[in-house]
Amino acid sequence: MTRTVEHVVCPTCGCLCDDLVVEVDGTRVTQARRACPNGRTFFKSYDPTPRLPRVHGREVEWNEAIAEAARMLTQARSPLIYGLSSTATEAQRCAVELADRLGAILDTTSSLCHGPAVLAMQSVGLPGCTLGEIRSNADLVIFWGCNPAVSHPRHFARYSLPPANRRSRVAVVVDVRPTATSDIADLFLQVEPGSDLEILTALRALVHARPLSARAIGGVPLANWEDLAGRMKSCRMGVVFAGVGLTMSQGRDLNLGELFSLVAELNDCTRFAAMPMRGHGNVAGADQVLTWQSGYPFAVNYGRGFPRYGPGEFSAVDVLAHGEADAALIIASDPLAHLPSSSAVHLREIPVVAIDPRESLTTRIAQVVLPTACYGLDAAGTYYRMDGVPIRLRPVISSARPTDEQALQQLLDSVVRVSAGAVPTC
Amino acid sequence: MLGILNGRVYDPANGVDGQVQDIWVQDGRIVAADQVPNREAAEIFDAAGLVVMPGGVDIHSHIAGSKVNAGRRMCPEDHRADTGAQNGVTRSGGGHSVPTTFATGYHYLEMGYTTVMEAAMPPLLARHTHEEMNDVPLLDKGAYTLMGNNRFLLGCLGHRQKAKARDFAAWLLEASRGYAIKIVNPGGVENWKAGKRETDLDDPVLGWDATPREIILALADISTELGLPHGPHLHVNRLGQAGNASTTIRTIEALDGRRTHLAHLQFASYGGGGRHPLRSAAAEVAAAVNANHNVTADIGQVVFGPTTTMTADGPLEHTLHQLSGSKWLNNDVEEETGGGVVPMNHARRNTVSALQWCIGMELFLSLEDPWRTFLTTDHPNGGPFTAYPEIIHCLMDREFRSQMLSSLPDKAQSRCGLAGLQREYSLQEIVIITRAGTARALGLANKGHLGVGADADIAVYAPQLNWSMMFRRARLVVKGGRVVVRDGQVVAVCPGHTLCVTPGWDEGILPSLREHFEQHYTVGFDNYAVQDDYVPYCEVIRCK
Ligand code: SF4
Ligand SMILES: [Zn+2]
Repeated sequence: MTRTVEHVVCPTCGCLCDDLVVEVDGTRVTQARRACPNGRTFFKSYDPTPRLPRVHGREVEWNEAIAEAARMLTQARSPLIYGLSSTATEAQRCAVELADRLGAILDTTSSLCHGPAVLAMQSVGLPGCTLGEIRSNADLVIFWGCNPAVSHPRHFARYSLPPANRRSRVAVVVDVRPTATSDIADLFLQVEPGSDLEILTALRALVHARPLSARAIGGVPLANWEDLAGRMKSCRMGVVFAGVGLTMSQGRDLNLGELFSLVAELNDCTRFAAMPMRGHGNVAGADQVLTWQSGYPFAVNYGRGFPRYGPGEFSAVDVLAHGEADAALIIASDPLAHLPSSSAVHLREIPVVAIDPRESLTTRIAQVVLPTACYGLDAAGTYYRMDGVPIRLRPVISSARPTDEQALQQLLDSVVRVSAGAVPTC
Repeated sequence: MLGILNGRVYDPANGVDGQVQDIWVQDGRIVAADQVPNREAAEIFDAAGLVVMPGGVDIHSHIAGSKVNAGRRMCPEDHRADTGAQNGVTRSGGGHSVPTTFATGYHYLEMGYTTVMEAAMPPLLARHTHEEMNDVPLLDKGAYTLMGNNRFLLGCLGHRQKAKARDFAAWLLEASRGYAIKIVNPGGVENWKAGKRETDLDDPVLGWDATPREIILALADISTELGLPHGPHLHVNRLGQAGNASTTIRTIEALDGRRTHLAHLQFASYGGGGRHPLRSAAAEVAAAVNANHNVTADIGQVVFGPTTTMTADGPLEHTLHQLSGSKWLNNDVEEETGGGVVPMNHARRNTVSALQWCIGMELFLSLEDPWRTFLTTDHPNGGPFTAYPEIIHCLMDREFRSQMLSSLPDKAQSRCGLAGLQREYSLQEIVIITRAGTARALGLANKGHLGVGADADIAVYAPQLNWSMMFRRARLVVKGGRVVVRDGQVVAVCPGHTLCVTPGWDEGILPSLREHFEQHYTVGFDNYAVQDDYVPYCEVIRCK
């Protein structure tokens, strides 16, 4: 018998489309209407069948796995807690508390994607808005170093280039190579790799009507940049979406700082916004939770009993590459697949606890694996969209597994019991 | 069961002014002495020589939500100092002007505050505000729902659909789990989005057949018709600008008897403007408030030092960014509001900051009715809430205040009337402006007093060398009947309540609301309203 669930939120990417119509047969999703191919795969591939946790590859009862994970984490001198971008804020809150109680190092996948955008925001600020402002008002939309046609397929239709007013807006793509996104752009500026900072600096100068002598910048004739600067100043409302092509290429946070400064200056003559194109479903939520609980959005070290912030020092990549973590708790992420090899090597050498609804390279090497429910499929919870709008995910199938939040809460209870005795509450 | 015995009790709502009395607590409430069955079993706190009063109630503070967190995130330099370690009871964290959620709860409690109202909640981001408030331990909290630039409401007003506007406001309060209607620069944020930089009381709202005056009056009438316990809570047009006192006074006149709370009045009491330098217009504004008993006001006192400014008044933050050159964060929220954050240093030697300090003090001393005058810093805009004890010191001690004044630039001293004001607040008046009066203005019948049946939210202070020292750390704080602070330290934690209202609305509004959402919002109507999960400790305050 099939059921239909409406207004379903897709947790796959930072778009968090909330208009899906999902059909369920028993415990499997058979249809995810309105979802893009990425979302469809996410929904249809999920198998909610209960699985036993594993300790050293052996299937065990849940409590035994929790006890072993708590033991490994409390015995470590400097445990690392990492991941968090594909889990709900309810679980993220527990994870930060666990880091606080353990004196752990805490980091999210932000440090591998949009961390530089955070650093830039911390130095120059960030003029932004919610996606609905862009949908209703933007007439100039610039995609810089991102390819939403592939990474966020419904971004155009729902937010940035809605069909109803597509004709009244100009879409510009700046990238180092042609992409599916540049194919649909009105204007494509193919630039030389590593030239973003120079281009952005030039654009700032052009916006301020300072003459430039270069014939070309980043491999593109100056006239094209003059044209773009003119469009930026004369539009009714403009927006730049910044992708990892900008955050992870040469210049990194400097690129973003230059971009955000440019956008702030444009607000002296018109309305302009910038937005990092956040990838993972709830990486934005992880930023928020870490910030309200610790003061800092990622790369936080609780080793001294209070939070210290150190991007490039307490980021997972660095902590692992320097061999500073002696155990790791990985939540809803697959660092073994994504981290540079120098860091991945160390992860293979230390005790690892993995909490994840799905199997991954990391769950394969983890000493303790806790298979949990998947937010948005068989668990309810909160995700933050790339623009900071919080949305509640509704489960479409009933859950047979504990949630990340429950697993973390149990870990927390065990850790507190092991290390400090009972916490007085009233 | 708990007895706080032999303390000097200050409970102005019940006419108690420093008399020695015993306070008894059972099941989270204050009870009469003869209702306590076996006093031998009660925990006894000997308050002989100490000062006993209701827990503090802050009527306007920015403690949780997207804007506050943006301030935290943008300013790591703000948190490096003032950070505490976890100790088994409390969580670690801190921050000077935008503390972490846990530290916010602890610091308020340590000062004897037990209820705090978050002053600006964008409805679309309400889940965020509630998630953070749930991580602010101990305090009871409520949040004001932003409406002064809401497009659906502007449409209703433009079409003269008053009943529809009222139902919408009621629906939005419930959907966002808000406590009161908040109006920030009515029409001015919407105008700014359309490119108009400044909006006064009778300017048109571009694209809509409405003016700020009409928005304010409509929402004031709606607050009354719905019987809301508080509000509307109004941040006037032209806030923060030289010469804005005329706008403030015209707004007060326009209200014409309608109950309204004026937020952070200090930022709305400026003379000068145009070619004339900033000067104080506190006397004129205070006269208008004194003459209009329908109006209450909190001050938004400036204190010296670094802080972080944040408001739903997007254009104001943009102006601050242009003036100061400091980093600027902006967040326009579709269909509803704006928001901005700019870090700021209120430097003592800066004439404008010094004058702002003077204007706040002048207002405190010129507003005659303490029941309509409330202590705030518009945390963190004027400075962090942890500066309240120092402000109390200035109000109660003329000597201390004039020392402060004489350290300020001459230009600031000469452009205000502070030097001529000799008034000193009594302790009883301080109790009114920090708890009894705010609780009354909020319509919280069980808070701000120690009468039988009141919530057992109690603060006990030990007299010290001066008033700042006394109010900085409470000797004992009882929250909901439980001892949570001893000797200025949090000793136990528990969640506080979320204060909400449920005014009720006509379902006839739903079809047009649904249509509005389908056309204009990027979140579906069915995913918009805040679910029960976000207010696990909800306390509904009844509408009249
Ligand atoms: S764009 Fe992203 S959120 Fe929307 S359906 Fe596709 S994967 Fe899901
Ligand atoms: Zn405020």
